[in-house]
Amino acid sequence: MAILELQNLKKYYATHKAVDDISFSIPEGSIFGLLGPNGAGKTTLLRMITGIFYPDSGNIIFEGKKFNPVDDIAKIGYMPEERGLYKKMKIGEQALYLAMLKGMNRKDAMKKIKEWFVKFEMESWWNKKVDDLSKGMSQKLQFVTTVLHEPKLLILDEPFSGLDPVNSNLIKDEIFKLAQNGTTIIFSTHRMEQVEEICDKIVLVNNGKKILDGSLIQIKDDFKEHIFKIGFEGLPEPINSNSFEIVSSKENYFTVKIKKGNKPADVLKEFLDHRAEIISFNEILPSLNEIFIKVAGSSIKNN
Amino acid sequence: MNKIWLIIKREYLTRVRNKTFILSTILLPLFFIGLIFAAAYFSVSSTENQKVAVSDNNGIFRSSFQSSKLITYEFPTDVNANNFKEKGYTAFLKIPEDYNSSGDSISLISDKQLGMDAEGKIKDQINDAIRNQAFLRNNIDKKILDSINKMSEDGMYKFRTVVKQGNKTEKSNSALSYGIGYGSGFLIYMTLFIYGAAVMRGVMEEKMNRIAEVIISSVKPFQLMMGKIIGIAAVGLTQLLIWIVLIILLSTVTTSFFSPEALQHAQAMNSMGAAGESSAAMNFLSAKSTFLSANWALIIPCFLFYFVGGYLFYASLFAAVGSVVNEDPQEAQSLMLPITMPIILSFIIMTTAVGKPDAPISVWGSIIPFSSPIVMMGRIPSGNVPAWQIIVSMLSLTAGFILTTMLAAKIYRTGILLYGKKVTFKEMGKWLFRKS
Repeated sequence: MAILELQNLKKYYATHKAVDDISFSIPEGSIFGLLGPNGAGKTTLLRMITGIFYPDSGNIIFEGKKFNPVDDIAKIGYMPEERGLYKKMKIGEQALYLAMLKGMNRKDAMKKIKEWFVKFEMESWWNKKVDDLSKGMSQKLQFVTTVLHEPKLLILDEPFSGLDPVNSNLIKDEIFKLAQNGTTIIFSTHRMEQVEEICDKIVLVNNGKKILDGSLIQIKDDFKEHIFKIGFEGLPEPINSNSFEIVSSKENYFTVKIKKGNKPADVLKEFLDHRAEIISFNEILPSLNEIFIKVAGSSIKNN
Repeated sequence: MNKIWLIIKREYLTRVRNKTFILSTILLPLFFIGLIFAAAYFSVSSTENQKVAVSDNNGIFRSSFQSSKLITYEFPTDVNANNFKEKGYTAFLKIPEDYNSSGDSISLISDKQLGMDAEGKIKDQINDAIRNQAFLRNNIDKKILDSINKMSEDGMYKFRTVVKQGNKTEKSNSALSYGIGYGSGFLIYMTLFIYGAAVMRGVMEEKMNRIAEVIISSVKPFQLMMGKIIGIAAVGLTQLLIWIVLIILLSTVTTSFFSPEALQHAQAMNSMGAAGESSAAMNFLSAKSTFLSANWALIIPCFLFYFVGGYLFYASLFAAVGSVVNEDPQEAQSLMLPITMPIILSFIIMTTAVGKPDAPISVWGSIIPFSSPIVMMGRIPSGNVPAWQIIVSMLSLTAGFILTTMLAAKIYRTGILLYGKKVTFKEMGKWLFRKS
């Protein structure tokens, strides 16, 4: 079942169309990637999903009903791209305040905050002020305040920006854990490579329009160019073949592109027939970045 | 409602716990009292003796000029406008040799301003001298003249003003009502700026920290704005309350300086209406009773109403300005102008209203909500503001702040999430009339 469904959302500003007729749905429990370059309309889209903006037209369906910010907001956790915390407020109080604004009672909030603070090794920070924290530390605090109220839908806008690899992994692990426990996660970023290892399903937006939508595997499959990388124990003589073409060779590898109507097994067979010592055989799938450039490039041409 | 309460609580507690709040709340009244004492002290001690050289060749004034603690008059012959300084005089008073009529000018020459007080005293001396001479010329006996001159105002009559309203007669004291009117108007004027600016800074802080977006994903922008406004209003009322308590405490402490006997004695003297010998205790008691004679039962509730009402009227506008400002504080200055102008204008009207509470500008100024909080407080202590005017003024202020809050909320909602763009008044106008 889709936890969230967007139907023909539009949001126009005076000067440009920030979101121009975008529809997609997000299955419950999935990790969903909302991708696009800076200024593509991601933040506007997210602000509509979080009830900050009203769409000019279109519908947002949340858990099967029309989205009602007042009631549904408690089920959503939103970490905006521009991090925000009260600089002069003590960290513990701040987390408590934000949790209670989400509708938690004091007792539950305290319990949850303590759990998360222990998990992120932040227990000793309780009386510190945000001013005294490093950027990475305040980033962790921001994440904690977003997930405290156990939202059903967690929206993370560029969650890894400004984090070192250790903290990135820490948060990534937590995202996976939350997803396993049934939280749906929308993960918005312009850095495509981050998405590949996390997301099940993605939507690509550019200039306010949706240009791609589907599961990561499906999309990669759609855009694959049948390129394989074959590793050898000692590089053999290049083979001229009707079933494939060697695109490049480097060290002990050939990169080959299989011609239409042929199968990888045909290629393998030909090399084996030439008594080549194959030690590896991998398909090279296009990166999301490449796919994006390809699609965005053609959508610009179409315009 | 629960959420707005959380916001109010946070705004209130973070401010009240702040060291600067505690210091300013306690130190400000002490500072003012210190200032009053300092002013009194300097006004006494700084009046060093001024030596004035008088050139009075005809001797008209010689006999009537009397040196006082403040000014010593001397009549040297070798002093002129060019050398009085070297001879040790602060000023040189030149009376023309052929002085006899009003057309002649008497000039006071000094190298720096003597001050109004000293100048006034010298003029008084000249006036008295001329008048006395005129009397003497017309054959009025010198003894009679001296006895007339010795009569003081208190010896001749007692001046009382009484305001009659229907069959109710009240002792009135226009100086007191002037003072209270001016003081409370000024206090509201100050607090509008202080707490208005606090609201604006708070909004700017939230916008720049980008916390606004986090909070707005939990509560409505209107709740965030109102929570802040109400929270700061509570801070203002707390501060006011502390000041009132401090004033009462201080006046009690001052009362205890006098022994109970002295006070009893003074009270007895007071009730007998005895004039003449006045003690410090008596002065204090009479000041206190004059102060208490004001219509505090009307003034205090009205003050609280206009204090809160005026704040609510302007605070949301300050919030709207804060929401559209970006990093540049200069922007805030120019955007604030349309808000600060009416406040300053109200203050100017108020200074007229305390003196002329019934002038049309005072009446209108105290009814129109832009200026009513300040102007009405200037009028109320005079005791002759008709009840209907107070009611209309209060209703229009209430309607006014509901309206400004609604309009400001529309600007605030858009402005708080808009970064890096300078907003013009024209754009804000568009936001006002846009449907959500």
